[in-house]
Amino acid sequence: MYIIVAGGGKVGYFLSKSLVAEGHEVLIIEKNAKKCLAIADDLGSIVMRGDACEAATLEETGAARADVIVAVTGDDEDNLVICQMAKVKYHVPRTIARINNPRNEKIFKLLGIDVTVSTTELILAHIQQEISAPDLIHLLRLRHADLEIVEARITPDARAAHRPLRDLGIPSTCAISAIIRNGKVVIPSGETCLEPEDEVIAACAPASEDALREALGTRDVPR
Amino acid sequence: MQIVILGCGRVGSTLARMLDAEGHDVTIVDQNADQFKRLGPGFRGTALIGNGIDEDTLRRAGIEQADAFAATTNGDNTNIMTAQMAKHLFHVPTVIARLYDPIREETYRVLGLETFCPTTLGASVLKEKLNKAGASAARARR
Repeated sequence: MYIIVAGGGKVGYFLSKSLVAEGHEVLIIEKNAKKCLAIADDLGSIVMRGDACEAATLEETGAARADVIVAVTGDDEDNLVICQMAKVKYHVPRTIARINNPRNEKIFKLLGIDVTVSTTELILAHIQQEISAPDLIHLLRLRHADLEIVEARITPDARAAHRPLRDLGIPSTCAISAIIRNGKVVIPSGETCLEPEDEVIAACAPASEDALREALGTRDVPR
Repeated sequence: MQIVILGCGRVGSTLARMLDAEGHDVTIVDQNADQFKRLGPGFRGTALIGNGIDEDTLRRAGIEQADAFAATTNGDNTNIMTAQMAKHLFHVPTVIARLYDPIREETYRVLGLETFCPTTLGASVLKEKLNKAGASAARARR
């Protein structure tokens, strides 16, 4: 795939490094000459100096044949314009934008950006995962389907410990998809008993999150 | 009319003063409080400090009840984003964005945004004046 990465900061740099390693054709667009040199020193001549918001720059990168454009600058307004220009003027089939203010997610979706990644929210989720009680952790949210993939850790004193799944009163809008036990995946049935330290992965409608918490009895239990 | 203006630079502040003098209800938003000095002592509208690319700031400025929104910051992308927020998120009836870059201006005009480009406008006024002056100078020389 030909992937254009707009923004050569830390996110853009490490992202491009991984994409190159996966064998993709990558081009980074970066305004700052110093950053361009540093990237070129490290990753080779896959960087172009320019303003990705300008049509002339996008033209030069051959945006018309790009499969994906990823806008990862630190400014939401720039990321929005980069993706919109790529979509409207060069018909790039897939646009991915980094969002710094989580509130902007709604407007990006409304304006036709295909995928948004809220770095602030991701960091927040990881911090929560590390410091908070083993409540539900959001792994993934599929907005178009109104579905979440969540994870819960079963503590020894959780209501669900040592009991089979079918007795727990799991809401009908939730499905326990997998259990990770001692690093191995267990695909559960109704008869499967949950054990302490199990990590339960569930697909769940956001509205029934509370009911799932209740069923697993994981709320407010310190790790 | 209730009008929200984003950016209190030369254009934004002049626009705010003009509309205020006409009796409109004007709220002007800028990140930098110093900029509000441009409004002068006679301004009766509201000056609000805040980042325009933030739903909450726009709400505080009364965008939900506004009849019109004008984005006049010196950043084209900020104007593009806030104008689209005003139009698609808050459904403000009249939205105008000032854009310096003629190509971006054209792209977003095609997308249905009301835009205004001082670059092309200024250049064509200058060209007209030069042409006129040049023509009369040429006549005088003959």
